[in-house]
Amino acid sequence: MEALGLNMGFEETELRLGLPGNRVLSEGEGARKRGFSETVDLKLNLSSKDTSEKVKSFQKEKNPLPRATDPPAKPPAKTQVVGWPPVRSFRKNMLGVVQKSSGEESDMAGGNNAAFVKVSMDGAPYLRKVDLRMYNTYQDLYHALGKMFSSFTIGNCGSQGMKDFMNESKLMDLLNGSDYVPTYEDKDGDWMLVGDVPWGMFVESCKRLRIVKGTEAIGLAPRAMEKCKNRR
Amino acid sequence: MRQDLTVQQMSEDDDRSPPLDLRCGAAPSINRARNCSGEAVSGSGSSTSSSIPASVPVTVTEYQSQYPDQVLEIVLENVLQFLTSRRDRNAASLVCKSWWRAEALTRSELFIGNCYAVSPDRARGRFRRVRSVVLKGKPRFADFNLMPPDWGAHFGPWVCVLANAYPWLEKVYLKRMSITDDDLALLAESFSGFKELTLVCCEGFGTCGLAFIASKCRQLRVLDLIETEVTDDEVDWISLFPEGETCLESLIFDCVDCAINFEALEKLVARSPFLRKLRLNRHVSIRQLYRLMVRAPQLTHLGTGKYGPSEVAQRQGDTEPDYIAAFAACKSLVCLSGFREITPDYLSAIYPVCANLTSLNFSYATITADQLKPVICNCHKLQIFWVGVPCVIDYQCFEEIWVLKLILAVIMQALDSICDEGLQAVAATCKELRELRVFPMNAQEDVEGPVSEVGLQAISEGCRKLQSILYFCQRMTNAAVIAMSSNCLELEVFRLCIMGRHRPDHATGEPMDEGFGAIVRNCRKLTRLAVSGLLTDRAFGYIGKYGKLIRTLSVAFAGDSDMGLKYVLEGCPKLQKLEIRDSPFGDAALRSGLHHYYNMRFLWMSSCRLTRQGCQEIAQAMPRLVVEVIRSDDEEETDNYVETLYMYRSLEGPRHDAPKFVTILR
Repeated sequence: MEALGLNMGFEETELRLGLPGNRVLSEGEGARKRGFSETVDLKLNLSSKDTSEKVKSFQKEKNPLPRATDPPAKPPAKTQVVGWPPVRSFRKNMLGVVQKSSGEESDMAGGNNAAFVKVSMDGAPYLRKVDLRMYNTYQDLYHALGKMFSSFTIGNCGSQGMKDFMNESKLMDLLNGSDYVPTYEDKDGDWMLVGDVPWGMFVESCKRLRIVKGTEAIGLAPRAMEKCKNRR
Repeated sequence: MRQDLTVQQMSEDDDRSPPLDLRCGAAPSINRARNCSGEAVSGSGSSTSSSIPASVPVTVTEYQSQYPDQVLEIVLENVLQFLTSRRDRNAASLVCKSWWRAEALTRSELFIGNCYAVSPDRARGRFRRVRSVVLKGKPRFADFNLMPPDWGAHFGPWVCVLANAYPWLEKVYLKRMSITDDDLALLAESFSGFKELTLVCCEGFGTCGLAFIASKCRQLRVLDLIETEVTDDEVDWISLFPEGETCLESLIFDCVDCAINFEALEKLVARSPFLRKLRLNRHVSIRQLYRLMVRAPQLTHLGTGKYGPSEVAQRQGDTEPDYIAAFAACKSLVCLSGFREITPDYLSAIYPVCANLTSLNFSYATITADQLKPVICNCHKLQIFWVGVPCVIDYQCFEEIWVLKLILAVIMQALDSICDEGLQAVAATCKELRELRVFPMNAQEDVEGPVSEVGLQAISEGCRKLQSILYFCQRMTNAAVIAMSSNCLELEVFRLCIMGRHRPDHATGEPMDEGFGAIVRNCRKLTRLAVSGLLTDRAFGYIGKYGKLIRTLSVAFAGDSDMGLKYVLEGCPKLQKLEIRDSPFGDAALRSGLHHYYNMRFLWMSSCRLTRQGCQEIAQAMPRLVVEVIRSDDEEETDNYVETLYMYRSLEGPRHDAPKFVTILR
């Protein structure tokens, strides 16, 4: 049988447990506890590197099906096959090592098409999320936000505020007025007023949305505030 | 973790095909009395005259001629109330139209094994008085990244219809469905008496959605999230449960990988006197676990969370709580799981409960056989055991150097015996064992695992009542599998995953045909089978010849030719779910199942030898089958072969929510 295409350097014939690298693991218990997790870590880094190279959602290797008469398959480089062994990603994420799991792949797939940002509103008990790529204009976004935040009761915000949210035509007035102001955190970590920049640029730079009471927005750039009031 | 028995029944399949020719809503009710009252008569079945409302505007002669039929229907409905099994109900509904109607009016649990087989409207049209819904979506191989995300199985269309149709809905069980926060919000708002939500292998929502459920479902008894992905929206959903005493009986959130507000959780547990099942996530430390256990000694099912100290340093002088006493106080504890980041020193605390345990899940715990044995040797009543096995060494690259191979073989033998030892301890003590699952902690192919045929053999000799086994290993022998087939005659589920693809019997070099053949031949109750290792068509011949009760079959990297699949499709009359990957089965094999596909829930074949024309033929021959061809990327297939075929019977025809990478053939 031909060699498996490995370049066996002299040091690799040293008697050791573990991967053919520079790691030296102690035997017995150590190998199972600390050393083991390090081994796993190394191993999984290799495999996750493989997986990360198959970037777009998922791709499978074109695995030529071996005939039954072949000797047991030992390809020179054991490439990772998607979904094998059939263990769910929950179990693969063991020992705090994060493998590229289905969750992340779905993020990757989504990342091409969606821009989810968290939206919080002052006084609301919970956050929502919006996909900015689903909207084309600021109008669409306000509309959606209004719908979203009208669906639960908020003790502190006052019923008038809620009713205004539910009334679409009043929404723009509300947001332009002094009651509620939508702000966002951009890539640099600065809090800006929504509406200053062209929509496309906004989508690219927005990381998080926060709808604040107008009084709290005073600290933001005055010129921006001006723009906000003049916006129609 | 293993569900209660009712849910286990939920995973069984219908024996018969659905009544495809029945049209919902076509047959108007002949019983005007019932239409007027709007209520099906239930109860004592006493004098029937009292059950006919006086307001029915019928003449006396009509009244008399309809009387016998009305009596029959009323009696029938009363009797059918007691019929709970859905298979029995399906059978009853086929007797005649009258029985069909009566059954439809009295069915309270709706089970839909494939959410695309029937539309929400059709279901609503037939069944008017549903209190509990089970919905299953994606096929199982989607769990292993074999299906692109956003394929479908959206809960949205269902929840909209359910909200309108069944305001008294109490229970929802979803498996492999895609759920959004808005769906959960709608669910929480629509059903004032909502009691139980169970989500298994679902995704698409976050703690926002949980917040809706917690805050709005005031009658909530069960909130079970099992192997479900929940995104962290940084919402404190635990503190949104209603004030005052709750109805909570079960709260399972070990898969929700977000930090939680522990003080709120503690208060919640303190005001939930009916709480029996609590499974914590890994953000709950062992000290916090202690505080919860002290408040809830009545627990029957406990998921321990981290089972180790939190990262926050403890104040000096803080004594360790008496964990042993806490466990000892839980006299009703029968099911233990969790141990997510276990510190083995604390393991001895669970000794007091071992003798009563019927279910133990160590599959997330990195412990050695030596740490496991003192626990196991007390678990005489154990029926369900899940364990994870660490894999240590990769010596594949040394195989060509015979000296090293020899030395390492000796070491491997020693290590094998250590970890097989754990299973040997199980075999020695757990004579009542019904279900065993052995997971690999490092799920790689290349790594040698320390459980092998020795462990399997030991289990087969010691646990004769075994009904269900899932066993991951690197290598296996036919002899061990044959031993299991003759020792464990109660086996209903046999899933053996030899992780090295195409691995033969490592002692004889033969394919694993004889082992699996023995399983199907000897285990007369077998309904679910998963095969692996080097397998020729012969193995499938055995399955087709002997596997007469098999309902679910999983095949990967196996078989030689079309004959393999033919044997199965022609030989297994009860086959419902067939999932195949990376096996050389082609169009001819696919054709051989035409007589059976309407009786199946689905067929999945990925990376096989199917051509588009072959799949097209099937689609044309069988109009009630939805034939989906799934690509992994947006480009057109350049290959001759279809990447993934997923086909299923459906009353609705092609679905309208298919993404771009899915082509539905006609």
